[in-house]
Amino acid sequence: MSPAGLALAATVLASASGLGGLALHRRPALGQRVSAALLVGGALLGIAAALPVLLGGPTSLLRIDWGQPHAALALRLDPLAAFFLVPVLSVPALGALYGLAYWPQAEPGRRGARLQAWYGVLAGSMAAVVLADNALLFLFAWEVMALGGFFLVRSDADRKDAQKASWIYLAAAHVGSFALFALFAAVGGARGSFDFAAWAALPATGAGWLAVLALVGFGIKAGIVPLHFWLPGAHAAAPSHVSAVMSGVLLKTGVYGLLRTAGFFEAPPAAWGGLLLVLGGASGVLGVALALAQHDLKRLLAYHSVENIGIITMGVGLAMVGRSLGDPELVLLGFGGGVLHVVNHALFKSLLFLGAGSVQHATGTRDLERLGGLARAMPWTAGLFLVGAAAISGLPPLNGFVSEWLVALGAVSALDLPAFDRAAFVVLVAPTLALVGALAAACFVKVQGTVFLGNPRTDDAARAHESPRAMLVPMAVLAAACVSIGLLPSLLVPALSRAAAAWAGVPVERLAPAAGLAAGSAGMVSVVASVLAGALLLAWLARRRLGSAGASTTWGCGYAYPTPRMAYTGSSFAQILNHGFRWALLPRVRLAPPRGIFPTGARFSTEPREAVLDLALVPAVRDYVQATSRIRRLVAGRLHLQALLVLATLVAMLAWRLLWW
Amino acid sequence: MILRAIFQIGILLVLPPLLLGVVNRVKSVAAGRTGPPLLQLYSDLWKLIRKDVVYSRTTTWVFRAGPLVGLAAVATAGTMLPVAGQPALLAFPGDFVLFAYLLALARFATALAALDTGSSFEGMGAAREVSFASMAEPALFLVLVVMARATASLSLSGMLGPALAPAWKAAAPALLLSAIALFVVALAENSRIPVDDPNTHLELTMIHEVMVLDHSGPELAFILYGAAIKLFLFGALFVRLVADVGVAGFWAAEVAFVVELVGFAILVGLVESGMARLRLTRVPQMLVGASVLSVFALVLLLR
Repeated sequence: MSPAGLALAATVLASASGLGGLALHRRPALGQRVSAALLVGGALLGIAAALPVLLGGPTSLLRIDWGQPHAALALRLDPLAAFFLVPVLSVPALGALYGLAYWPQAEPGRRGARLQAWYGVLAGSMAAVVLADNALLFLFAWEVMALGGFFLVRSDADRKDAQKASWIYLAAAHVGSFALFALFAAVGGARGSFDFAAWAALPATGAGWLAVLALVGFGIKAGIVPLHFWLPGAHAAAPSHVSAVMSGVLLKTGVYGLLRTAGFFEAPPAAWGGLLLVLGGASGVLGVALALAQHDLKRLLAYHSVENIGIITMGVGLAMVGRSLGDPELVLLGFGGGVLHVVNHALFKSLLFLGAGSVQHATGTRDLERLGGLARAMPWTAGLFLVGAAAISGLPPLNGFVSEWLVALGAVSALDLPAFDRAAFVVLVAPTLALVGALAAACFVKVQGTVFLGNPRTDDAARAHESPRAMLVPMAVLAAACVSIGLLPSLLVPALSRAAAAWAGVPVERLAPAAGLAAGSAGMVSVVASVLAGALLLAWLARRRLGSAGASTTWGCGYAYPTPRMAYTGSSFAQILNHGFRWALLPRVRLAPPRGIFPTGARFSTEPREAVLDLALVPAVRDYVQATSRIRRLVAGRLHLQALLVLATLVAMLAWRLLWW
Repeated sequence: MILRAIFQIGILLVLPPLLLGVVNRVKSVAAGRTGPPLLQLYSDLWKLIRKDVVYSRTTTWVFRAGPLVGLAAVATAGTMLPVAGQPALLAFPGDFVLFAYLLALARFATALAALDTGSSFEGMGAAREVSFASMAEPALFLVLVVMARATASLSLSGMLGPALAPAWKAAAPALLLSAIALFVVALAENSRIPVDDPNTHLELTMIHEVMVLDHSGPELAFILYGAAIKLFLFGALFVRLVADVGVAGFWAAEVAFVVELVGFAILVGLVESGMARLRLTRVPQMLVGASVLSVFALVLLLR
């Protein structure tokens, strides 16, 4: 079977995986196992399909006509699609294994079979989005994906926040879909075909509004600031293995769409890349700043997705600038760093969300200030979460470092541009990445420290227990992938350079010098990693033979009875940086300071606000609804008035068309 | 070749404690005291390495791993730093990013070890350390980018190699601005006055020292030694950038390098003697100021 055929089989298998649970509703535990097995089978098939393409095989096509005008089941598995296909299928499979213990269908009142059905549909539709070679098929899969996400966020439909978050998600997703319908209709109409194959080499001049449509449509899905407003709520409300899929891979379909659309255009102007760089930088810095202020573990992780999408967008922006300048180094390093970060973020973010799920499973809370000291009860979870935390902070020798390093290297490679060239200012990406990385490290010191280290802050945290093996094994697989990519990054460079060449429409030989530079340096990263391992071993040997003089309490400056309430909280930890970013956080502060000579009590609380949603969109929509309520009251129940309103609108549009257009 | 490699590793591992001795001696002389011997830190390390360890009952393996990772990461970063204009042991395009991120790894491990004790003081120290570091990091990157642009090289060995002297002729103002920024970053990253006072006795006001309150024995030795190596790394960067004296010959260059490093330590000691510590709320302004300086330097080069 051709790789595209295998990929189609994987997509069908994943989409249908949840039906097992619906059919076997008498034996829910068995049904869930069947579903998980089908998803794992689909993931293995998907990897088998992607590998030959990644290893240099030809692009694989598959076309089955539907007999519908313009629509066709046309699939294309090229290196770019292959890079996305692997995480899009494997992360849901690992999440399903995790769900066996985390969200057992056998428990009453869980609506587990329904969740599993939508879960499979989501995985399959994401694969279809990545594979689609026809605009109508793409839009169909895109809509199914949006709906799947909606029903999955509502899995806990009894909870108010899940309901609210799911509606916001649905509205945002459809604004995005609307932009994409407009974009694809415009391009398809101009080209007379809805096959992506016919869309190659679109002229970029005068196509600025198409770029804006793509940016809105895909940017909402990806969560680029300021279109990220739906994301934290939805990702926090969903069950954790669903959050892992949504945050780890669902967002990436937006990045995929941006890349695919950019690939259609011939020589996009540098301004498009510049815009992506600015938006990516803003997403990176604001995403991590908002994350630092959160108290809810899953909301915090969701904001980190905004940050990482920012890093990916900066990589894509560099590659776009590189295409317009004809600079192969920028193209290869920007594209390679961005796409590799897509894969890496899928790995460590789903690892972290699964870890957050384990914490919630063990303690019943996601509030950072109520946790603490879990490393003692949950050593495996704590260790695996630490791998994810170090990886997302971009620390060597893990995978997050490699992709951020490629993007930074791409940015500084622009230094050889001549003076007076404005494009040389893309080097500012490098310090931005440094800022984002350092803030992310600060945030994950806070998370790891307040959740897993120190003493338990509440009884819930003290009663925690280690997760069952079904939850630990998927996390271990993800952590192992993070470490392997971090240790041997040079193996991925050839596949990345083939994908970049296909995307930029240049022969792979043109990127060869840049690929050689990247592969050589990536090899040196492995060398440095082994030096680090050797130094660690030496240091460990140096202290191993020494004895311990026993245990004591923590030094409390002479105070011998510390309690967990005295420990530094997550909020206090982040206070300096939150203060610095208060212009972006706009926190709601409630302060009742101590008063008088004998103060009786004092309170202080801060609550970060989602500025775009809480301060702009919600008030605007409320005002709009109020303003139009008079018209609605007038026409409610009066069919003739409603018909008149429609007619008046039509006449107005006709007049506009005739007079001004 | 192998001899040079051994010599470079030797300098990296042996010299650093001396620098702290020089800093302390300068401070003592400026204050009219005799002060500890120049080689005091070597004796301290030797004493600590033979001692037993006391652990808090709150701590886990993270606390034990902190000093090991901290020292190993800083030492590994040292293998990418060119000594006395010679290429470093490991040099490749983009190594300066890895250099900075290895220092970040050391900080990450130390801060986590601090939080593992459950002490609010150590939490404070860790919070300050990571917060100030996230302001120092962009400044450091900007300095490195300026050097990369001025020398047309993407590796530390190239930036601090033979291309540096012509770069000073062509772009002295930009390099001067970035050298000032680098010095500020070096003071902040190494917890020196005016950012942090290594000799303070009040836990509430410390930054780096308070993070390591609970470490003892060889692990404390690793931390002190790691801090000394870090000062050496920044010193080596700084003296090479500002005092690239063209001494011919391998050994002469090495001697000149050591003399310059001692000069750097004297400069740090003089700053510490002449200045008071800044209020904690002023530190971010100073670090952002360093970033702004290096942005100016970059603009000078790119305009």
